[in-house]
Amino acid sequence: MKQDIILAGVGGQGILSIAFVIDNAALKQGLDFKQAEVHGMAQRGGAVQSHLRISDQPVFSDLIPKGVADMILSIEPMECVRYLDYLSPDGIVVTSRSPFVNIPDYPDIDAVLGAIETVTNRVIVDSEKLAKEAGSPKAQNMVMLGAASPHLILEEANLKEFMRVLFEPRGEKMAEMNMDAFDLGRSSAMKS
Amino acid sequence: MGLCILSQKIITEEQGMKQEVLLGDEAVALGAIHAGLSGGYSYPGTPASEIMEYLVRASVQTKSFVASWSVNEKVAYEEALGVSYAGKRALVSMKHVGLNVAADPFMNSAITGANGGLVVVVADDPGMHSSQNEQDSRFYAEFAKVFCFEPSSHQEAYDMTREAFDLSEHLGIPVMIRMVTRLSHSRSRVQPRPPREQNTLHFGKDTDWTLLPVHARRRFKILVDKQQELIDESNQSCFNSLMIKSQNTSLGIIASGIAANYVYENYSNEKDRPSILKLTTYPIPEELIKKLVDHVDTLLVVEEGYPHVEKSLLGVFGIPGKNIHGKLSGHLPSTGELSPGIVRQGLEMAPLPKRALEDFPIAARPPQLCLGCSHADTYRALNEALESYPESNVASDIGCYTLGALPPYNAIQSCVCMGASVSMAKGGAEAGVYPSVAVIGDSTFAHSGLTPLLAAVAANTNMTLIIMDNSTVAMTGGQPTFLSGEKLEKVIEGMGVAKEHIRTILPLPKNHDENVLIMKQEIDYQGLSVVIAARECVQQARKKKRSKT
Repeated sequence: MKQDIILAGVGGQGILSIAFVIDNAALKQGLDFKQAEVHGMAQRGGAVQSHLRISDQPVFSDLIPKGVADMILSIEPMECVRYLDYLSPDGIVVTSRSPFVNIPDYPDIDAVLGAIETVTNRVIVDSEKLAKEAGSPKAQNMVMLGAASPHLILEEANLKEFMRVLFEPRGEKMAEMNMDAFDLGRSSAMKS
Repeated sequence: MGLCILSQKIITEEQGMKQEVLLGDEAVALGAIHAGLSGGYSYPGTPASEIMEYLVRASVQTKSFVASWSVNEKVAYEEALGVSYAGKRALVSMKHVGLNVAADPFMNSAITGANGGLVVVVADDPGMHSSQNEQDSRFYAEFAKVFCFEPSSHQEAYDMTREAFDLSEHLGIPVMIRMVTRLSHSRSRVQPRPPREQNTLHFGKDTDWTLLPVHARRRFKILVDKQQELIDESNQSCFNSLMIKSQNTSLGIIASGIAANYVYENYSNEKDRPSILKLTTYPIPEELIKKLVDHVDTLLVVEEGYPHVEKSLLGVFGIPGKNIHGKLSGHLPSTGELSPGIVRQGLEMAPLPKRALEDFPIAARPPQLCLGCSHADTYRALNEALESYPESNVASDIGCYTLGALPPYNAIQSCVCMGASVSMAKGGAEAGVYPSVAVIGDSTFAHSGLTPLLAAVAANTNMTLIIMDNSTVAMTGGQPTFLSGEKLEKVIEGMGVAKEHIRTILPLPKNHDENVLIMKQEIDYQGLSVVIAARECVQQARKKKRSKT
């Protein structure tokens, strides 16, 4: 049993929070994992990605080979497309459809979504709308984690436990809002 | 020395110590604390910063050891050396180019030797994710004639750091741990072991530590004579593993550090693996290498960084009758970072099927200055101030403001190494460049900008130095700065810059016209002037606000 996930987004969107929750849930389930992330210069509003590998066998490489990822989990549609060469032929993409435009040459969004639709297994979520519904556009990362959760080899209860660990220090309201975001993402994915 | 058994077994919780989720950098830090660390020192630099971040957090909580950001890597190294001289255990950490700055004490500490365990952790950045070169610190370890570990996993990062302190005290020399970005910035689980006490105060011998030529000659001979002992340690280290496949005598692989992971990744079935030497200690374990060389016709050397092991094997004439493949032979690329896919090519396996991206709509998303960043306002003002001078040159430095090289600013013409902006602007001015402008951040100025400014004061160079004071080391995550605000102004005045040509501006859009005017006045002044653009980093301001609520 293994799951290789490419987490993608733009610096500041909170992919490392998703990684924190998944890492700790994996540890709790007694699984081995490695999660390579990007720090430093690239974090400043640039494209960021994290390679997250979970397995019941020892994980060797911190990096996922191209063509091997079981899932691309992206908070931004073009960033999802950027890593499609990592996806295995039967892999799944779970991505937001809400573009983050901080560059002058952002491509046509329909073309971006068209590229995502070349993947058979896909969950495309309006994370911006759902995050606002939960209470803050900043919660898009937890919407996307929720949307990915039915397809993860990790239990929902374990994911939620470490969401609490992450958000409760920032107040009960913050924690609840992110829980709502997760639930909205999860039910949206189960419907699609 | 037998500590490494843990890293090869399936990790189990032992003696009540819980497994932890740690970055590779943090595994090093925790290993050091548990080895009985008394003092840790560093200057921020990607990918090494998180080592000291962890030590600082732990030291604030426990108050049982010192963890301190230093003004630069040389100072950090010397502080650690002072701890070691006093008999206690010290760690100094830095990014690869930081060791260039600290090279003087590093080289000489191999001659003084270590009294308390002295571990130098250097994080290399193959692929230059956040750096200006991809130099390989293993060459520095060889140059100084010290022992070096190259961990391949988080558990090894923890275990090797503990062992490095033992080895440093056993051999009486500093020991290096060579990290690379992918391990530094990857998270995994680590099983810690019970911590041990710190050393008590016991001074080093003055004739060992006073490097007058008479002492240094004796000490250097001791270091040279010790080299066989280092090789023996490397041969015996259980962090290295040699698996000989008796059936397969054609190919053998030497894979060092995390490169070994990429090799294993490509042989998912253990039965398919050729003979593999996983190499994690330097000087290279000659006996293990000889065993492998004797067994096979062709050796593939897979290593992250420069071809260090490959070069050692080749010597001048190679090994008669054997093929040695690697970076020098062109079987693996000589630049950039390795990956499972690149190593797969080196293994001459068919590539895995993957989607082609060519037809997809993707635009580059380079890093950029944050919304509301003070540097953006400073660059807009500087660009306008220089509009009427087509021959101007702006030398920049290392920090977030290096992003001023990119659109929409296109404001700087050089960035080389810490502090180089000031000295290069001086050199440029002396070559006839006018206006010659230097742009540097407050922390980089404290790190390596003070000494070149002293030289510019002495020469009254016709140049303008712009110090972008955002009161933090921003690029690496907001570490404390040593020279900011009023203190910065006083120091510059004290260095001898004319008071009327030290101008402080507040870089905000509403002050744009005034800031352009001040910059123009100082550029027009035929002599040395300093403009301080002072406004707090927006990320830090946000963090402060968050911690207050």
